[in-house]
Amino acid sequence: MPGSSAQRWRHALVVVWTCAIVIFMYLPALCLLLASLTSSRYFIFPITRWGVDWWHKTFDSIEIRQLFETSILIALCVTAVSVVIAFFGALAFARYNWRGRSIYQKIVLLPIFFPQSVLGLALLLWFNALGLELSWRTGVLAHLVWIVPVATLVISIQVYSFDPALEEAAFDLGATRWQVFREVTLPVLFPGIFSGALFSFLLSWGNFPLSLFTTGADNTIPKYLYAKMVAGYTPGVPVLGTVSTFGAALLLLIGYAVILVLRRRHSDAVTEE
Amino acid sequence: MSLRKFAAGPLCALPIGLFLLIGFAAPLLAVIGFSFMPPRTFGLFLNPTLVNYIEIVDSTSYISFLWSLALAAVTVAILAVICYPVAYGMARIFGKWSMLVTLLFTIPLFVSENVRLYGWVLFFIKNGVLLGTLKSVFGIEADSWLFTTGIILWGMVYVYLPFMLFPMTLGVAMVPDQIREAALDLGATRWQVFREVELPLSMPGIMIGFLLSFVLAVGAITEAKVLGGQRVIPIIHDIEIAFTYAQNWPLGAALAVLLMLVVGFLVLLVLRRFDLDAILGRR
Repeated sequence: MPGSSAQRWRHALVVVWTCAIVIFMYLPALCLLLASLTSSRYFIFPITRWGVDWWHKTFDSIEIRQLFETSILIALCVTAVSVVIAFFGALAFARYNWRGRSIYQKIVLLPIFFPQSVLGLALLLWFNALGLELSWRTGVLAHLVWIVPVATLVISIQVYSFDPALEEAAFDLGATRWQVFREVTLPVLFPGIFSGALFSFLLSWGNFPLSLFTTGADNTIPKYLYAKMVAGYTPGVPVLGTVSTFGAALLLLIGYAVILVLRRRHSDAVTEE
Repeated sequence: MSLRKFAAGPLCALPIGLFLLIGFAAPLLAVIGFSFMPPRTFGLFLNPTLVNYIEIVDSTSYISFLWSLALAAVTVAILAVICYPVAYGMARIFGKWSMLVTLLFTIPLFVSENVRLYGWVLFFIKNGVLLGTLKSVFGIEADSWLFTTGIILWGMVYVYLPFMLFPMTLGVAMVPDQIREAALDLGATRWQVFREVELPLSMPGIMIGFLLSFVLAVGAITEAKVLGGQRVIPIIHDIEIAFTYAQNWPLGAALAVLLMLVVGFLVLLVLRRFDLDAILGRR
């Protein structure tokens, strides 16, 4: 068939193009890694003096440790709150049919379809009008405004594939509402909830525009790095940049592995029954 | 039980609804309120005035506005061309590998854009990865591309790529295989299938990708600051200056309101037309 060879060519082109774009996505991370592995004060490529001095210097600093603590604290608080709100939000988004659902879906998406820097400034005005002092706590609130809708969307995708007949069957077998929730709904939706939590944590960890305006004197890693970047070159920036890139990648890969295991166990359980 | 089911939806929507009311609607109302306050004041309940809007009309802010809109429009156009083959591959060709490709495009989202753009600075800077290699390997001395309008676009394309790619992939996945094959069997050329079948049927996802990347790109500022060396002043920069150095919150708020009007109009225009269940549920 003449079409199939043309098709093979087209597919090969798509694969090559995709590889090129993936390399494009990771080139900056590679540059950061290279720049962090030099012992000289300035970055000159090709690197003549390799070394990990700047890694030592960066991690010995108490200020940096403080930054990590603040960033992780904010991300953990965001995750805990966002998963709970987003779980119910996702049920309303994808599970139940109710009047006004279509409008509700669009309202939930609005904060995602909104420039984050404007959102950060709007929240700054709002916190000021409420008389709240800016700190990592207001930062958590600001992150949530953007992250709860994202988590809702992530969990919703799992909820769409949820078969309501499972719940009905449990009700028919005499389970109470709480039992159905704990024994049926929650386990089936758990991979989605887990992804929602992972997304919440990582998006909060990497957020810059919202933190910039709403965390006051408390610094997060992206905010600190921005201040350093604008002030001039220091090799500490590539070091921290590399850490935050690889940290995010590692966490996501571990999370992905956990989801695969969960899914396999779930499908095993279904086939056993 | 039908009564219980009827109430379950609104009940589940309640927490997020209340939260967005306090955390999203109220701040935006506060911005609108501030935009009518006298210049350089910090209270919300003074005598309303239109002075800020008049000041904008007389200022050069419209140039920033046009820059932001133009850069965002070009970014979206470039992204559409770059992302379509990848989206097509993820939806149709890669099979079980598409999960890995999705993962690879997701990871950069979790690193703040300023850090990633700084990686590009190290790539393009004099004696950086690109120019250093050119010099030492090929003996070519070239000027750095940093601090040009082109590099700002480069950064914007880079940062907003996943926001175009993912909705687009959902859209392309919505095209049923049978319809494509039917069109091919009926003698349509590859180009006709693309134009008459694939493109229209994947439009909902593509339009959402356009909208999302455009709206986020209009709000771009880090690209111009980190890569562009302030060669172009985007509207967000004007807003930020009004809020920080100039300490003129009402003026910044008025500019933000104008930006919100543009964004809000586009979002309503596009989102109104699509059934989100069909786009998200089919996965």
